[in-house]
Amino acid sequence: MIVVIDYDAGNLRSVETALEHLNSDFVVSANPEQVRGADTIIFPGVGEAAHAMGVLRRRGLDQALREAVGAGVPTLGICIGSQILLDESLEARDGVTRCIGLEAGTARFFSEDFAKRGISGLKVPHMGWNQVQPVDGHPASSLFDGIEPGSSFYFVHSYYPAPSDDAVTLGITEYGFPFVSAYGRGNLVATQFHPEKSGPVGLKLLDNFIRNFGG
Amino acid sequence: MLEKRIVVCLDVRDGKTTKGVKFQGNVDIGDPVEMARGYYEAGCDELVFYDITASSEGRGIFIDVVERVAREIFIPFCVGGGLGSIEDIRRVINAGAEKVSLNSQAVKNPAIISEGAAIFGRQCVVLGMDALKDPAMPSGYQVVINGGRVHTGRDALAWALEAEKLGAGEIVLNSIDTDGVRNGYEIELTKMISEAVGIPVVASGGAGEPEHLAQVLSEGRADAALIASMVHYGDYSISDIKRHLDSRGIPVRRT
Repeated sequence: MIVVIDYDAGNLRSVETALEHLNSDFVVSANPEQVRGADTIIFPGVGEAAHAMGVLRRRGLDQALREAVGAGVPTLGICIGSQILLDESLEARDGVTRCIGLEAGTARFFSEDFAKRGISGLKVPHMGWNQVQPVDGHPASSLFDGIEPGSSFYFVHSYYPAPSDDAVTLGITEYGFPFVSAYGRGNLVATQFHPEKSGPVGLKLLDNFIRNFGG
Repeated sequence: MLEKRIVVCLDVRDGKTTKGVKFQGNVDIGDPVEMARGYYEAGCDELVFYDITASSEGRGIFIDVVERVAREIFIPFCVGGGLGSIEDIRRVINAGAEKVSLNSQAVKNPAIISEGAAIFGRQCVVLGMDALKDPAMPSGYQVVINGGRVHTGRDALAWALEAEKLGAGEIVLNSIDTDGVRNGYEIELTKMISEAVGIPVVASGGAGEPEHLAQVLSEGRADAALIASMVHYGDYSISDIKRHLDSRGIPVRRT
């Protein structure tokens, strides 16, 4: 059974309708025991990092997720999920927000990095369809099976994941500069874009995850 | 590279898609769920549904439409029309909408933008703004509400900046002067607003042919272009429009 983690982070309805469309067996759950017992985990969401981490901690879901991923449960993080699986996020009321820490790295802020690099005229949030270039030879590249390289996926975010280890980069997207739009290590994969909102290619990617990675 | 979006707009009344000219004389033109699926399959990038129902019975029918649309299409869609409270917003989000568009209600109660953004995230809260040419305003445009019937006395540019500050994540900017007449978007207005704000702007009002989209997405600096009549009546397909934009060097999603 696929467990979709519910932590009050925005719209889970679109993930549910996509999984229904794929005829997947799934349950939406805020229960850490159910997360520990999952065959496969989807960790979606939109929202604000500090708020999301607060809810996860209160419900004991951060620890359940660490244990499940540590035990080898195939897990897909989406959007803010891809950011807070990292060590920390710069989206914080002051300083940084400590995150789940399943992959080394930081969620960084486009506006700040545009200013540092002297890039102007780009809107934040990065909202809309943008191309994802899969990295050849990555162990998790079967996530993109049957999807033409450079296909467009739907994004909506102001922060982006910056994993420390280049070897985990699974997909790259250009917005002012190239950033990691998908990464993976072992049983953990994550996309900054929303496969559930990315039309036929997005549904294909979700299906690939469930078939090629799913427990 | 981030692509320019083509957004198809469907006005829904009593469960049917309807189309009017300058907010008058609506005629029913089809089933919104079937139309949504058709546009999704044709490669449209996003959809907007406006509830133009007056009755509470119509409201219920509309929520049902939103739920059915959510099961049929796997691209983002926005819902607007008469959303006056956090509860109203929650209802359409739970039905499967990605974003909500706040228009007249946001003018009457700007706090709904900040409250909505705090609860559902900025990306979810879209300011819908109807603007009318008015030389007496500092920016040359006045905000109007209730489908253009009520003048607010607010300057369009000032309102766009205020809404951004309050937490709106996007602006759908509709020109009342060009709406429904299919002679092209209001380029000057769109350019002024889009260059002034840091959030995406969707141009609306006046699309009649693919070149109109090319103009507003290049000269007008819009991030997306909203269309209705030109595709609803079958004059152009989504791929006709994308082919034209591509020939103009405007990045669009290939499907």
